Amino acid sequence: MSAAVLASAPSSLDVGSPVLNISIFVVFVVVTLAIVLRASKSTKTAADYYAGGRSFTGPQNGFAIAGDYLSAASFLGIAGAIAVYGYDGFLYSIGFLVAWLVALLLVAELLRNTGRFTMADVLSFRLRQRPVRMAAALATLTVCFFYLIAQMSGAGGLVALLLGIEGLVGQYVVVAVVGVIMIAYVLIGGMKGTTYVQMVKAVLLIAGAVVMTVWVLARFDFSLTAVLQGAIDTSAAQGLADPEALLGPGLRYGTSGLTLLDFGSLSLALVLGTAGLPHVLMRFYTVPSGKEARRSVVWAIWLIGIFYLLTLVLGYGAAALVGREDILAAPGGVNSAAPLLAFQLGGTVLLGLIAAVAFATILAVVAGLAITAATSFAHDVYASVIKKGAVSPDGELEVARRTVVVIGVVAILGGMAAIGQNVAFLVALAFAVAASANLPTILYSLFWRRFTTRGALWSMYGGLISTVVLIASSPVVSGRVDPVTGASTSMIRDTSIDFSWFPLENPGIVSIPLAFFLGWLGTVTSKPEADHEAKAAQMEVRAFTGAGSERAVQH
Amino acid sequence: MPRPDPARPRPDSSGAHVPGSSSAPGSTAGRAPGSPPAGGAEGLATAEEIRETPEFADLRNSFRRFIFPMAALFLAWYALYVLLAALAPDFMAQRVGGSTITVGLLLGLGQFVSTFVITMVYRSWADRTFDPQATALRERIEGVA
Repeated sequence: MSAAVLASAPSSLDVGSPVLNISIFVVFVVVTLAIVLRASKSTKTAADYYAGGRSFTGPQNGFAIAGDYLSAASFLGIAGAIAVYGYDGFLYSIGFLVAWLVALLLVAELLRNTGRFTMADVLSFRLRQRPVRMAAALATLTVCFFYLIAQMSGAGGLVALLLGIEGLVGQYVVVAVVGVIMIAYVLIGGMKGTTYVQMVKAVLLIAGAVVMTVWVLARFDFSLTAVLQGAIDTSAAQGLADPEALLGPGLRYGTSGLTLLDFGSLSLALVLGTAGLPHVLMRFYTVPSGKEARRSVVWAIWLIGIFYLLTLVLGYGAAALVGREDILAAPGGVNSAAPLLAFQLGGTVLLGLIAAVAFATILAVVAGLAITAATSFAHDVYASVIKKGAVSPDGELEVARRTVVVIGVVAILGGMAAIGQNVAFLVALAFAVAASANLPTILYSLFWRRFTTRGALWSMYGGLISTVVLIASSPVVSGRVDPVTGASTSMIRDTSIDFSWFPLENPGIVSIPLAFFLGWLGTVTSKPEADHEAKAAQMEVRAFTGAGSERAVQH
Repeated sequence: MPRPDPARPRPDSSGAHVPGSSSAPGSTAGRAPGSPPAGGAEGLATAEEIRETPEFADLRNSFRRFIFPMAALFLAWYALYVLLAALAPDFMAQRVGGSTITVGLLLGLGQFVSTFVITMVYRSWADRTFDPQATALRERIEGVA
């Protein structure tokens, strides 16, 4: 089969029909906006706006979590990484899944029982409000900002690719459109609207992946072995020297000590970062109880796990049916594996559908990030730090809405500036910040009674600053040169500028232990506040029994 | 499964939009968002008393006894897997019985299976053992608070 397939494999993406693709996009946007408008009718209070009235069921929230978490990087990036690097792409997806056990076992229920809207609620339960909220909000905004920029610039490149829009201006328009739709979702529908968008997107994404997987398997008589053999054959035919390497580790992360250390560092950040991602944490507040938070994570784990299993077939299927070299040569490179596979299987129509799914994926993720950042600013920074709590709920919501617009504009401008830059590292950076600045403090406050304000501040600022400084000093920002072409592969394209001194691309292996250590050191060198014991007891009782936790809004 | 909702509001909240907090049902909407209840002496004393009860100690200990070993187990298993991929690539690339399936692929799928299994084991443990204990204790607390 491979010869016939190879002959027809397209080498660029101008194979789809832009008119069809745009029509499918428009249908998705119109339908979701209608849903969001309906959701806005029952959005009145802060708990409605920030937490969807806490009235979603576990399964609903499970879908929304999957929709929030499975970004375009998961769908296009992992399928593409498996198609091009084989096993190492698969290895990457496993970290993203296993990480959910940290959220399930250690974080979700206790966080739901002790907080209201944000991560900072939990941390400030028994620590000094203002400094802790400020630090937590800074970490939250940093994660959201990096993640948003990565998504927006990715949206520009990806959608331009899929729609056949050429040139920088076209990409700018796409980024602006994504930003405006995101603002509309969050401004109108709040958390309720955003949740529905994420649920719709999760269903579309998983349905699309199921259809493509069955289709790929059907081409190979439903034999996974045959798919893998096809991947080897096609890669060999397209000139991969050692095609067997697709089935074992090493193609992506190499075998030198440094790259392996880098891989270990990435794995650590992935597995500990997920349970510290603020937009994921915030989703736990949209359900009525700790028990429902648990159920939502159980659903999310099944959905996300099944999805990654599907990407395994899709990735190797793309390697078999499209071919490694054709994927790398296409505009969009690794990211074009899934769209090219869709075209190969179902022609223009399936490509249009998958393109729409990718677009929906980006919209749902950026909307989740925007509402998280806005909540963190309005609830933690404005209401608690600036106004010291002396603000009406309506005033706080007004600030949240204005923040959404500001964040949207910043994301649009940042996304435009990042187009054409190497910003793929921003997602890994977001995970590293979440794992270093957020997770240690969350775990300490939930499980270590003695933990003090100083411990929290040292851990959060230490984790945040060390992560950002190490990334800025690493080869992803400056000084990395492609040995073959001599071109820069860093964010700073000028090869004469090189201020890198930290050899790893992923700082987690340094910054995460550092943050845990600083949390311990700050705690043992400081005295707890006078009411520490009482508050700690209250928090502990609430965390484990759910007594006094925030209830669902009754309409 | 049915949806019993253990955290239904106490009937005292009379549809108020701003959810009250544990021991201070009378606290106003204007207090610092998310702040713990302003500290009615009786509420604080209650929490510390509850923490000292054998029921609460049981609840907390059974949770920790289940969660921590489970977390250590999956983290160790994941670390082992990552280390094997990094340090023993030849072992991972070995074919299993003449097919194109490699040891690495099987171990990777094993990570999926173990994640699903731990998820379901935890869920059934929490539903059957933890929730009834926690609910009983919460009802006692909310009855007296």
